[in-house]
Amino acid sequence: MKLTDLFQETASALLVNKSRSGLTILGIVIGIASVIAMVSIGQGAQNSIESNIEALGSNLVIVMPGAQRGPGVTISSGRGSAQSLTLADAEAIKNEINLAQNVEPEVSGRYQITAKGTNTNTQVLGTVAAYPEVRNLQIAEGSFISDQNIRSTAKVAVLGPTVRDDLFGASSTNAIGQTIRIKQINFKVIGITQTKGGSGFNNPDDLIYVPLSTAQQFLAGNSYLSTIAIQAVDQKSMTDLQTQVTTLLLDRHNIADPTLADFSILNQADIVASAATVTNTLTLLLGSIAGISLIVGGIGIMNMMLTSVTERTREIGLRKAIGAKRADINQQFLTEAIMLTFIGGTVGIFLGWLIALGVSHFANLATKVSLTSIILAFGVSALIGIIFGYYPARRAAKLNPIEALRYE
Amino acid sequence: MIEVKNVVKTYDTNGILFQALKGVSFEIKNGEFVAIMGPSGSGKSTLMHILGALDTPSSGEYLLDGQNVAQLSDDELADIRKNKIGFIFQSFNLLPRATVLRNVMLPLVYAGIPEEKREEKAKTALQHAGLDESLLYHLSNQLSGGQMQRVAIARALVNDPALILADEPTGNLDTQTGEFVLSTFAKLNVKQKRTIILITHERDVAAHANRIINIRDGAIVKDERVKKP
Repeated sequence: MKLTDLFQETASALLVNKSRSGLTILGIVIGIASVIAMVSIGQGAQNSIESNIEALGSNLVIVMPGAQRGPGVTISSGRGSAQSLTLADAEAIKNEINLAQNVEPEVSGRYQITAKGTNTNTQVLGTVAAYPEVRNLQIAEGSFISDQNIRSTAKVAVLGPTVRDDLFGASSTNAIGQTIRIKQINFKVIGITQTKGGSGFNNPDDLIYVPLSTAQQFLAGNSYLSTIAIQAVDQKSMTDLQTQVTTLLLDRHNIADPTLADFSILNQADIVASAATVTNTLTLLLGSIAGISLIVGGIGIMNMMLTSVTERTREIGLRKAIGAKRADINQQFLTEAIMLTFIGGTVGIFLGWLIALGVSHFANLATKVSLTSIILAFGVSALIGIIFGYYPARRAAKLNPIEALRYE
Repeated sequence: MIEVKNVVKTYDTNGILFQALKGVSFEIKNGEFVAIMGPSGSGKSTLMHILGALDTPSSGEYLLDGQNVAQLSDDELADIRKNKIGFIFQSFNLLPRATVLRNVMLPLVYAGIPEEKREEKAKTALQHAGLDESLLYHLSNQLSGGQMQRVAIARALVNDPALILADEPTGNLDTQTGEFVLSTFAKLNVKQKRTIILITHERDVAAHANRIINIRDGAIVKDERVKKP
């Protein structure tokens, strides 16, 4: 039997019972569409979480001051607010630990900022020249703080795009060279950073960067740090780096019991890994729920095919009598099943893609329909056609022509 | 040329053996119009299945055009049916909701005849079967019984088989249409030298053939020429 004949036979067989074929196809459409939509939502969530973490910088170990506790009950200041990290700690890490490629100490505070009749309240970050490299920051205009600025405690500032918009208006192009006032001190704007996009509570676009020395001397008024970010030489050495930094700082702060440490240390790899675990589980969960509906759709196909084989017993007998071989009958019924899933798969992919678009649009979650999930869905639908069509087709092919012709 | 030599067919239902054919032998030459007649249970249906290559005998030989069909596999039997035999059934067995033309072309699909030649062959066959050309694109389930049987005859003819097997072809027809169908067989036999085997239990129907093989309890009881008036 030629391929064109096969398709013609299949098409006319499916068209004979349009509503039944349609409903069977609908089962597969729903299955495939939900697989595509669910997996795209899962992958979208995974991508957005990963890119948010990546935006913070790569291979980072972050040390933050903790709450210092003495023996017995003492009044504890809040986590992160303790004044336990100093520039000397940062220098020690830089000098004594080889795995640390870059060390970026910073101090932050919120201040009211004014500029020519406008004002805003935002976070001011005192930092060093290594910041853009460590934190994955791009400069849009001008330049970032230089080592020279640090040494001279220069009163210069680099603005995030949001701050720039707040102070100088969204369309301003001449923010560079302007003067802003932080805590009544004049700072000259030397650069604007590239938009990074919000990442939860810390919006890197709504920040002002000033030299660390300037921030400590004129804004904070002390020499303590709010964060030390350490960039590891590579991803593999991050755990070792974390251990070494912990040991060094405990030693420097004269703390014997690690549970009483006056700082906390975070490893970015751990954050990425745990986020990935969560989103993978989410994708798997969504995918398997959708997979169940796909299997139900497949059973619908098998059901329809079995009914069809029974109904068409005499037709099968006749086809055999006029010379159809087992393989011909087998092929014909299998093609019918595959055709059903194929049509269902195509419509389902389209529908799933529409659902994903709808979710992106209305739920504001960046979904991603990947080529792999489309190929997978197509493969799965063809496979379901073969699996659930195999048994009915084999039953049809094995019919004895004499009995089939007598069937009432 | 059909040669049936000592054909035995035994059915085994749960260990109970039943001999439907008890050593049947006969010859049918090309161009003969033969009726195989017998009451129900006589073994005539079993014989038809063997002659039609739908089944194989338990023992004995069945030579169709010199080829022994008795020991063939399922697929080889399918090939024999495809190339050498045309079936006509009591209940027509047309594909419902398919046009007359498509029904007649169906054997050509399995025979691998190129698409462009199918329609012409089908039309010729329909002409020989005596069906009006205006019905070509009607659906088969919109036809009368007589028309359906003529479509079935055309389907049996279309692949130019060596043997046409008609199993109670008039069983579902009134006398008048039955007569027409039987006269069509006679015409095909005379004009086209077709070999036709007619299976029936009615003497009146069998009388249309040139030779009647009487079968009873799995054995031939009488093999006679019909004297035409």
